[in-house]
Amino acid sequence: MPLTKHINSLLVSIFFFLSLSSFAQELPDQPIPPRLVVDYAGVLNRSEINHLEQKLLAFNDTTSNQIAVVIIKSLNGLNKEVYADRLGEKWGVGRKGKDNGILILIKPKRGNESGQVRISVGYGLEGAVPDALTKRIIDQEMIPYFKNNDYFTGLDRGTDVIMALSTGEFTADEYAANSGSSWTGMIVPLVVIIIIFMLMRRNSRKYYSTGGQQLPFWTALWLGSTMSRHGQSGSWNSFNSGSGGFGGGFSGFGGGSFGGGGAGGSW
Amino acid sequence: MKKNWIIIAIIILIVFLLYGLVKGYYNQMVTLNEGVSERWAQVENVYQRRADLIPNLVSTVKGYADFEKQTLTDVIEARSKATSVNIDASQLTPETFQQFQNAQDGLSSALSRLMVVVERYPELKANQNFLELQAQLEGTENRIAVERQKFNVQTREYNTYIKKFPQVIFANLYGFDEKPYFHAEEGAEKAPEVKF
Repeated sequence: MPLTKHINSLLVSIFFFLSLSSFAQELPDQPIPPRLVVDYAGVLNRSEINHLEQKLLAFNDTTSNQIAVVIIKSLNGLNKEVYADRLGEKWGVGRKGKDNGILILIKPKRGNESGQVRISVGYGLEGAVPDALTKRIIDQEMIPYFKNNDYFTGLDRGTDVIMALSTGEFTADEYAANSGSSWTGMIVPLVVIIIIFMLMRRNSRKYYSTGGQQLPFWTALWLGSTMSRHGQSGSWNSFNSGSGGFGGGFSGFGGGSFGGGGAGGSW
Repeated sequence: MKKNWIIIAIIILIVFLLYGLVKGYYNQMVTLNEGVSERWAQVENVYQRRADLIPNLVSTVKGYADFEKQTLTDVIEARSKATSVNIDASQLTPETFQQFQNAQDGLSSALSRLMVVVERYPELKANQNFLELQAQLEGTENRIAVERQKFNVQTREYNTYIKKFPQVIFANLYGFDEKPYFHAEEGAEKAPEVKF
């Protein structure tokens, strides 16, 4: 029985995959190793790419919001909204479940082909970065520079505003998880703390019920410190393994999803 | 005596196997069905979002005294028609679906007519409030396209599953019907371009 079931689910998934691949093939694959700034059109130089990459990487590490910049040569016949939304979905920009990714897609102006830019905002950031503001960022911060072929300044300014807007959406939750350099090394002490905390709670309850006896000073201290840590422990579980690396480069997108938020422009 | 026991054992075994088989298929159909419902809720959300934008849009445009009344009236009427058609995910039949799509398409075309008329009012096009509404409307049209496409993908997965053998037997038995798709009338692939 399980065999037929497996074959069936295999067939379903193959069909599903085929139905998706008809538009997936027009989109580039994720670069290996993963990067936040990808320039297929060659309009940025090395140091400009590095500058943007470092800035967006730091933003990713502190807020968990992922901003990806993709510059392409051609839209392959799709319109920019469709291209950007599907690319964001395919690469999974943002964290799974939080959908806090933003994808900036640029097709530079070439000859008499117009330049196109689109900022796609993941579901989770639609509130922080509404369409009307995205439109304004494109019109006021990006296109004026893009017109002069200064893609770097436009991107630098545009991402600054987007970062300012989307900061605060997830910081409180993810910052603690991101601030340690090695979070696996901190799990063991955390578990110990939680166990002690639970023991303490049992003791303190006993103290309390046996007639309002005062807590020993060190117990109160433990309780205080573990309680504040305990409040953050939820984010340890939900912390996505895709962002485990620190100090080095970008370690990958987290599987965020896009619902068509954002705006576009052309010049 | 011994033979009876063997027969009973075999019957019990068959019952168990059948149970496992049906359970697996049934649960998978329920899961896929729920997936479609979820996507449908998203589709309705984005259409609702568009409907919510319209009162704002109308009142902004109205401020321009000589603006053609007829176009605005058309939009308002199409909006009320579109918001009156709400379909529960479990009632997604081709007929109700067509009704929903017609009502929403009516609003789409009324809106695009409005936007054509707007072309003739340069002061309106320079109005900051209007520009923001325009960006929101474009974003909403794009969201609609995305959610329609995601709904279609999910529905295709569901329909494929229930039409295959042997699921098709249980699907008929338990009333899992085929669900309709959005047709790419004005292009589910392409977001309807709202030109200003």
